[in-house]
Amino acid sequence: MNAKHTKAAERFLENKDHAAWHNQTLWFVREKRDKVVKNVDEWEELRELANQIKAHTISDLAKYLEEFADNAKKNGIIVHWAKDAQEHNEIILGILQKHKAKKLAKSKSMLTEECHLNPFLIKNGIDVIETDLGERILQLMDQPPSHIVMPAIHLKRQEVGVLFEEKLGTETGNSDPTYLTRAARAHLRNEFLSADVGMTGVNFAVASTGDIVVCTNEGNADMGTSLPKVQISTMGIEKVIPDHESLAVFLRLLARSATGQPITSYVSHFRKPAPGNEINLVIVDNGRSDIVGNKSHVKTLYCIRCAACMNTCPVYRRTGGYSYEYFIPGPIGINLGMLKSPKKYHGDLAACSLCMSCNNVCPVKIDLGQQIYRWRQELDGLGLANASKEKLSAALNAVFVRPSLFYNAIKVGKMLKYIPRPFIYNGLNDWGKGREIPTFAKESFNTLWKKGEIKKNKKL
Amino acid sequence: MSSKKSILDNIKQQQIEASTMPKIKLNAVVYEDKIQQFIEMSRAVGGDAILLKEGEDINQVIKNLFPKALTIGSNIPKITCATFNPDQVDSPHKLNGTDLAIIKGEWGVAENAAVWIPQNVVHKALYFIAEELVIILDSKHILNNMHEAYQKISFENAGFGIFISGPSKTADIEQALVIGAHGARGVNVILY
Repeated sequence: MNAKHTKAAERFLENKDHAAWHNQTLWFVREKRDKVVKNVDEWEELRELANQIKAHTISDLAKYLEEFADNAKKNGIIVHWAKDAQEHNEIILGILQKHKAKKLAKSKSMLTEECHLNPFLIKNGIDVIETDLGERILQLMDQPPSHIVMPAIHLKRQEVGVLFEEKLGTETGNSDPTYLTRAARAHLRNEFLSADVGMTGVNFAVASTGDIVVCTNEGNADMGTSLPKVQISTMGIEKVIPDHESLAVFLRLLARSATGQPITSYVSHFRKPAPGNEINLVIVDNGRSDIVGNKSHVKTLYCIRCAACMNTCPVYRRTGGYSYEYFIPGPIGINLGMLKSPKKYHGDLAACSLCMSCNNVCPVKIDLGQQIYRWRQELDGLGLANASKEKLSAALNAVFVRPSLFYNAIKVGKMLKYIPRPFIYNGLNDWGKGREIPTFAKESFNTLWKKGEIKKNKKL
Repeated sequence: MSSKKSILDNIKQQQIEASTMPKIKLNAVVYEDKIQQFIEMSRAVGGDAILLKEGEDINQVIKNLFPKALTIGSNIPKITCATFNPDQVDSPHKLNGTDLAIIKGEWGVAENAAVWIPQNVVHKALYFIAEELVIILDSKHILNNMHEAYQKISFENAGFGIFISGPSKTADIEQALVIGAHGARGVNVILY
């Protein structure tokens, strides 16, 4: 039995050219990251500091959340708390209904994806407009994001061209990214101007000042919150950081890790609503507070959603975001999915070669690879181990503990090359799919040793 | 029980080892020529920066940069090339169609060309809605890095503050960089 990820990846890999392009595009982003990181001599110090700041904040999370919420309240921000996705969605609908809002201009928020906010609001008669270009493309296509920073990275320009031709009336056959972006700019400008409420996610919540900090390149969060009188921002409880001094550390890491930029074009600090305006903040738990005490996986709460772990991941790059069951793909998504529901999302655990590249690029030093390894060890206890792999492991165990069986198996192994291919590379041998069984050496080390052909002190 | 209480109670119930806040002390990047670095970074992030020469008239410099701009908004008294004062507009929506906005920045950051702007106009929409943005910045107010910046900035009296580094941009279609997504298509910093 193959993991769901493996099956989905097979579909992604059917179009070999597209799969190769996806891999190269993500690797290009990883290379951009490397280039800017090399210009920061203190990079490793910054990562270590970021890790320690997060460890400290999470270890005293209740205090920092209260401090942040109290300061935000003092600044005139209306603070709401939501235990779960349903409460989050209802609070937001309530705010919209209070203001008789029809149209919501929304900037990117993975939390609202997690809570399935858009379908809920649409069902309740709200016109929800995603304003990040990638998110808008996907909304018009009725697709979820395949990456948390570059949501439409799986699409080719021609696909966007065809979509815009149909939805925005652009020229037939024109798929020039500048032309398409200009068309989206004009289309979304009208949406911003006619929106009743603007909504954003939150990158950082500063406890000492009550500031809500939002980073974008497009400026859509700012357009969306500068025109309507009402703003809603929504954050997970793990977004809080102690102060501006800490914020400096994270801002130096975030954009460099995400896209290879020294900083995003816009870093907005929302502190107080303008006279006559309203800022609503929703602080959401939705399972996060349970992770605080989970020693093996607490570090997932350090994540600043830069997606560097996805861009570097050889499995993500070659299989795409839609191959994962959980809505956040890549190494961080595998871990967050398992924390959400091992039963639903354990198939994603297959999407890791334990190369540990994610650990080395993570700006807050989350032990992503080790966590995946630990989950795999725990699968058996959860009753979710792969049955065929379990049998294989038991069989291999029986062979490895009996030397005579082991040497006989090697002899049999050598015979493999005389067996016609269809007998080996068929549906029963998962391992043989997409790779070749290595050829055995003519004589094993053991045989050579016995024959005395391994010379002592022979310089290698 | 309120959701706030139940969330905070659940956090407090969790077993977690105390972890101390690190001292944020590091040898962060500094530049021999901060102004030059700031100008180079401004170009690298898709914008531009120029240092006003002795005796140069800023209004003339702006006119030369944007000969075609018709609607120019600024609340800075010395900017006589402005065609209207954006603070006298009664709704931010009416700022749509502004060709050029000229605003004041407080601090510049050499490592990333970010300019700190505590809200200094009535409608902050001006920063984003104008087609082109000119930020006027004192060249003595350029700092090396973000750590220095957060030591300096404060915006107690403004409800909003922002770092702007270059123009609005996107690479959401095939990672092809396009300048001018929703905000200003061009950002020029004029240092004096």
